[in-house]
Amino acid sequence: MIHGIIAIYFREMLILRRRLTRQIPSWSISPFLYLTAFSYAVGHGVEIEGHTYMEFLIPGLIAMSSMTQAFAIASEINIARFYWHIFEEFQASPISKVSYVGGEVLAGMTRAMLSILVIMALGFLFGVRLNYGLAFFIALLLNSFVFASLAVALAMVVKSHADQSMLNSFIITPMAFLGGTFFPIDRLPSWAGAFLNLLPLTHASKAIRAACLNQPVSIFSYVLLFAIGVLFFSVAVRCVEKAKD
Amino acid sequence: MDKKGNPQIDLSQSVDFLVFWGLKTDVKAFCNQNRREKTVQLCNLSRTEKTMIRVNNLIKNYKKVEALAGVDIHVKPGEIFAYLGPNGAGKTTTIRILTGLTQASSGSCCINGFNIEKEVRQAKQQYGLVPQAINLDQELTVQENLIIHGWLYRMKSSEISSRIDALLDYVELLEKKKSQVKTLSGGMKRRLMVARALLHGPKVLFLDEPTVGLDPAIRRKIWALIKKIQTGGTTIFLTTHYIEEAEFLADRVAFLDQGRVVALDSPERLMESLGAWAIDRLVEDGMETVYFKTRNDAERFNTLKSEQYTLRRVNLEDAFLDLTGKKVK
Ligand SMILES: Nc1ncnc2c1ncn2[C@@H]1O[C@H](COP(=O)(O)OP(=O)(O)OP(=O)(O)O)[C@@H](O)[C@H]1O
Ligand SMILES: [Mg+2]
Repeated sequence: MIHGIIAIYFREMLILRRRLTRQIPSWSISPFLYLTAFSYAVGHGVEIEGHTYMEFLIPGLIAMSSMTQAFAIASEINIARFYWHIFEEFQASPISKVSYVGGEVLAGMTRAMLSILVIMALGFLFGVRLNYGLAFFIALLLNSFVFASLAVALAMVVKSHADQSMLNSFIITPMAFLGGTFFPIDRLPSWAGAFLNLLPLTHASKAIRAACLNQPVSIFSYVLLFAIGVLFFSVAVRCVEKAKD
Repeated sequence: MDKKGNPQIDLSQSVDFLVFWGLKTDVKAFCNQNRREKTVQLCNLSRTEKTMIRVNNLIKNYKKVEALAGVDIHVKPGEIFAYLGPNGAGKTTTIRILTGLTQASSGSCCINGFNIEKEVRQAKQQYGLVPQAINLDQELTVQENLIIHGWLYRMKSSEISSRIDALLDYVELLEKKKSQVKTLSGGMKRRLMVARALLHGPKVLFLDEPTVGLDPAIRRKIWALIKKIQTGGTTIFLTTHYIEEAEFLADRVAFLDQGRVVALDSPERLMESLGAWAIDRLVEDGMETVYFKTRNDAERFNTLKSEQYTLRRVNLEDAFLDLTGKKVK
């Protein structure tokens, strides 16, 4: 099993390494814009739960970015599958479905982590000091685990690359805006809050923010993220079979 | 090559070509099978029985299309087996099912005695696949593509690097080892795919249209490579719609037409069934081909006729057209 995971992961990393010089600017541009726009234009004088808007926003951006970057592995998988036909090489090889999913999920998590480093550096440049401790990293890992697993599952069932970008606009973009990233969801009407509490990203931003701001962390969010991640991962494993035609 | 001319001349030219490209047979390196003998007998044959690929009553239906309508094939160890058929006959579908990329609707397939659905891992270790579409990582180097393959097949790092050098030398790509795949030509990419498929020392090599889109010189180079691989002991299953490719390479040929095997034999036997000589002549509604046992018969036939005609040896294309009932218009 390990061999297969390494092969899949190693391939994604080789590709990522080739693209890193282009990736880093693309990872930094949107957080940079959010930080400038929100902090200077909107956030001036705004205070949330005793923290400046910047201190509130950066953990939200981190949650969002770890989600989108982990999920971005879906596009990589689809390009390899529909455009380069490389997925056939994996299908024909004697690796298990778990190895395949494991390798891709790890690759998605790695991308997410690297993109977060960029935001942490930007936050530092903007003069925001947060607590990046163990609880923070665990929440981050769980969040990227959830969305990388979801990405692999969906990448296996879509029939074309166009379907994939539709999923992005229906799942990822709404969640990115509503999942407690830019504003606290307890300011919304209670029905909306209840709905948003069903989204994994809401729990991830809560957990990441609490960890960053030295607030008490909710174990429930961690357990929930882990459970959702395991669920998505096992769905992904089952979906690999579906990719056969 | 003079296609309508004497096929024997074509053949001998190609053989010269083969010798020219060097039949260096690094035999042992390419069939170093260290498979454990197993006693599972899902396919009712012992591991030493003389069938390398066994396909029984294979059926594949897509929603509206019946791609395969009950295919039976037995491929012997060490032979080059050509699977010949027009576009859409079901060649790729068969290979995809045999290599685990597509789910069969029904039927069973065994490779070296391992059932491809029940003993997936073992079956997959038995073969290497060169698919119809190029499926290399274009951004990565030749070497990186091969290393990833080695890991997928649980090879040891030391084994991977020594095999890579040997195989790149074998397919004459050693100097491209560190080049990005996207900088290679189409023929080089094909040869790289062949090297990759051989990396783990498979017993069977599947080649789906190995020479499609290549110029005649490169095609012959690939042919020579295929023959060279066969002399190393590897069984080769190749699909093609180039009849002369099957005629030159194959020990046995299966004609596939609309999902059915309409004939299966050696090229010589398939041609013999028609006769040895053929006359193509113009008739009212197109072309007609008449077959004869001897050249004398053919010449005698022609003295009776006055139209334009061509006298030539029977080739595999005749056998194919005869069997599929398609007339050349
Ligand atoms: N994924 C698919 N979905 C639906 N129909 C398919 C699919 N793949 C193949 N077919 C159909 O199955 C039949 C056999 O196709 P296949 O690709 O096996 O032919 P082929 O002999 O390899 O042809 P070619 O020489 O063009 O490569 C065709 O009619 C094709 O349209
Ligand atoms: Mg085909």
